[in-house]
Amino acid sequence: MVLYNRSVLSNGLKVLVHEDFTTPMAVVNVLYDVGARDEDPEKTGFAHLFEHLMFGGSINIPSYDEPLQRVGGENNAFTSNDITNYYITLPAANLETAFWLESDRMLSLAFSEKSLEVQRNVVCEEFKQRYLNQPYGDVWLKLRPLAYKTHPYQWATIGKELSHIENATIEDVKAFFAKHYNPANAILVVGGAVKTAEVLEMAEKWFGSIPTGEKYLRSLPAEAEQTEERREIIKADVPLNAIYKTFHMPARLDSGYYEADLLSDILSRGNSSRLYVSLVKEQKLFSELNAYVTGSHDPGLFVIEGKLTEGVEPELAEAAIWTELELIKNELVPQEELTKVKNKIESTMVFAEMSLLDKAMNLAFFELLGNASELNTETQKYAVLTAEDIRRRANKIFRRENSSTLLYLAN
Amino acid sequence: MIERSIAPAFKQVEHIELIKAEQYSLDNGVNLFVINAGTQDLVRVELLFNNVNWNLSRPLQAYSVNSMLVEGTSKYTALEIAERVDYYGAFLQTDFNFDNSAVTLYTLTKHLRSTLAVVKDVVTDSVFPEEELETFKRNQKQKLSVNLEKNDYISRRVFNQALFGNTIYGYSAGFEDYDKLQRDDLVSYFNLAYRPNNCTIVVSGKVDDGTISIINEFFGRDWDKGVDLNANLFSFTVKDGTEHYVERPEALQSAIRIGKISVTRNHPDFPALQVLNTVLGGYFGSRLMANIREDKGYTYGIGSALISLQNAGYFFIASEVGAQVCSSAVAEIEKEINLLRTELIQPDELALVKNYMLGSFLGGLENAFSHADKFKNIYFSGLDYDYYTRYIQTVKSVTAEQLMELANFYLDFNSCEKVIVGKK
Repeated sequence: MVLYNRSVLSNGLKVLVHEDFTTPMAVVNVLYDVGARDEDPEKTGFAHLFEHLMFGGSINIPSYDEPLQRVGGENNAFTSNDITNYYITLPAANLETAFWLESDRMLSLAFSEKSLEVQRNVVCEEFKQRYLNQPYGDVWLKLRPLAYKTHPYQWATIGKELSHIENATIEDVKAFFAKHYNPANAILVVGGAVKTAEVLEMAEKWFGSIPTGEKYLRSLPAEAEQTEERREIIKADVPLNAIYKTFHMPARLDSGYYEADLLSDILSRGNSSRLYVSLVKEQKLFSELNAYVTGSHDPGLFVIEGKLTEGVEPELAEAAIWTELELIKNELVPQEELTKVKNKIESTMVFAEMSLLDKAMNLAFFELLGNASELNTETQKYAVLTAEDIRRRANKIFRRENSSTLLYLAN
Repeated sequence: MIERSIAPAFKQVEHIELIKAEQYSLDNGVNLFVINAGTQDLVRVELLFNNVNWNLSRPLQAYSVNSMLVEGTSKYTALEIAERVDYYGAFLQTDFNFDNSAVTLYTLTKHLRSTLAVVKDVVTDSVFPEEELETFKRNQKQKLSVNLEKNDYISRRVFNQALFGNTIYGYSAGFEDYDKLQRDDLVSYFNLAYRPNNCTIVVSGKVDDGTISIINEFFGRDWDKGVDLNANLFSFTVKDGTEHYVERPEALQSAIRIGKISVTRNHPDFPALQVLNTVLGGYFGSRLMANIREDKGYTYGIGSALISLQNAGYFFIASEVGAQVCSSAVAEIEKEINLLRTELIQPDELALVKNYMLGSFLGGLENAFSHADKFKNIYFSGLDYDYYTRYIQTVKSVTAEQLMELANFYLDFNSCEKVIVGKK
């Protein structure tokens, strides 16, 4: 159970406070309601590049990192297809420094040309390190456009191609800031050894005078229902053949999400899961095989990916995956197996409460979804699902005409 | 109007409280250390075994035994073991590092008894079935073939080999080492190393007397003590600083790893050297990051670290940089090391690093598990909690002059092994 107090400033900034005096630290988490899905298709990778620029100095403070480190703090950030999230951990006694820094960069950036130039290079190196200079590293650059034809989930957060990042201008940066970075599009969560009244006072002091800005109203093209099986084959200098398979599945807020998530646990969580036991251990068709959901805000993907055992024909391996999927479509999951995956959900939620930062991030995430208190009812949403629910969902998801398959073959 | 260009007042971290491990002895003499903290009804139970009897002709013995503990006992198959753990929502991990082999259980306290029974089984009764061994060998070789396509992975192998030679720290296992793994070798290593006389147990979380007595029930009794073991003892000397270049013509980036043998945690210079390392490459605002990422844009990330193992300490810098700027990046690394040897760190920068390190230390004490990790650091270095008092004292008091002296003694670029994988 993660308790919190919630308040909204007059400029629209949502402020959540989670008091936890078991630690001397504080966490300040600022979530901006903008991700790669909000990008111009000709300027992809921008939300993430922008995240880098948020560390390049703000209107009144030339360096972001230095003053924070000086008070014993650390920070980082990440960008997903849905959100951009910034977080600070620091000794609670120095909490105000975090307010000073975060509020100034919400007010306005310095928009330095030098920072843009350097971060373009840094992000291009990140692009190479993670996506281009790794075996199978570019798979999501291929898989997303195969699975999504209209929705902006068709590109990865790093962007479609290096040139989109290389061509970013300071005008683009300013426009993006004006559109997305304001109190109306942000959620502030403060947690740790902090008192709610003091946090709210500081929030008012540092964030209260920032202009509301315009609330960004998202209107993204919905992905039309897929009606034909899609396939693509890539040949590359990799040591092993691999299969990647995606299926469209419900959005994060849809009750079907929980059914799909349990399905992925049944198929792939832990060494007693079906795909691992049957296809890796018993039939030895794969050396590794995983199933997971993307969990995105708009309708997401159910993913199955695996590396084939040397000498195994891809057709055979793929057919074996389908056999497992047909089984779960046709037969009810035994009660004990269902209890097993639900127990894992329960314990994972309890273990997540060990981390202050995780708690703060989760509160921000659920607040964005609509209501932070839903964090505390997640376990129940899984608990009520029946074997029949799981079977029905499997039948909706695991259809050939709902699938996109990428064969990544060794040269 | 608030004054936004002036930083709010702040305090240096003064009070750092470690939750100290309480020591117990199980009925059979096994040392049990308990970190009792937190409000969630859960525990982490770690069984740690020293890696022993290093044998170059069987280099993967200790690692394979650890990995395969969950693959079958005389009573249960791999699947049954996994099912018994998964059913209770618990997590059972095997972890292997250069010095220790560990078996770690994370469980809700209400399922402790049911899940510990599984742990007891795997550490006392593993049988390493032939069929599972074949699967393990095949999958490990496949994983290796993928890893050998990664420049960063190769740079680590070449670097470790250069520093530590054919010891457990340095040996680069190849496909043939997996091929020659024999079940008998695993069984004999298991019988030797997974014994009470080679075991330390660390329990963290909300731990009460009931938990301790359950642990004693399982691991304090009915477990053969074992025979005498040969500790892995190695000594290493600083080499003359060779360049190791592995050319990869298609590389977009080159992996760089540069470093040398250094001191271990129980050396008096270790805490101050940590400060020096932090200045150079130990945090986001470090000199290497400021120069090579934030000024030049050569890389997504660069860092340095000082690592303490039981038989050696070592220092290294690692990065992946654009292939066309590799030589420039190496030149900048050399420049930054030399700056530390010739110019005093300015008071402003030193104060920042000290505050950062104290805050980071405090932040590293988040929960019972992190307190347990702090305990393991000192315990396996043969130190007690005074080490942390000394560490904090050193961070607060070390001077720029002392750091320059340390840089001259410990950080000589010429004597560093320099590994580059990619293009230069």
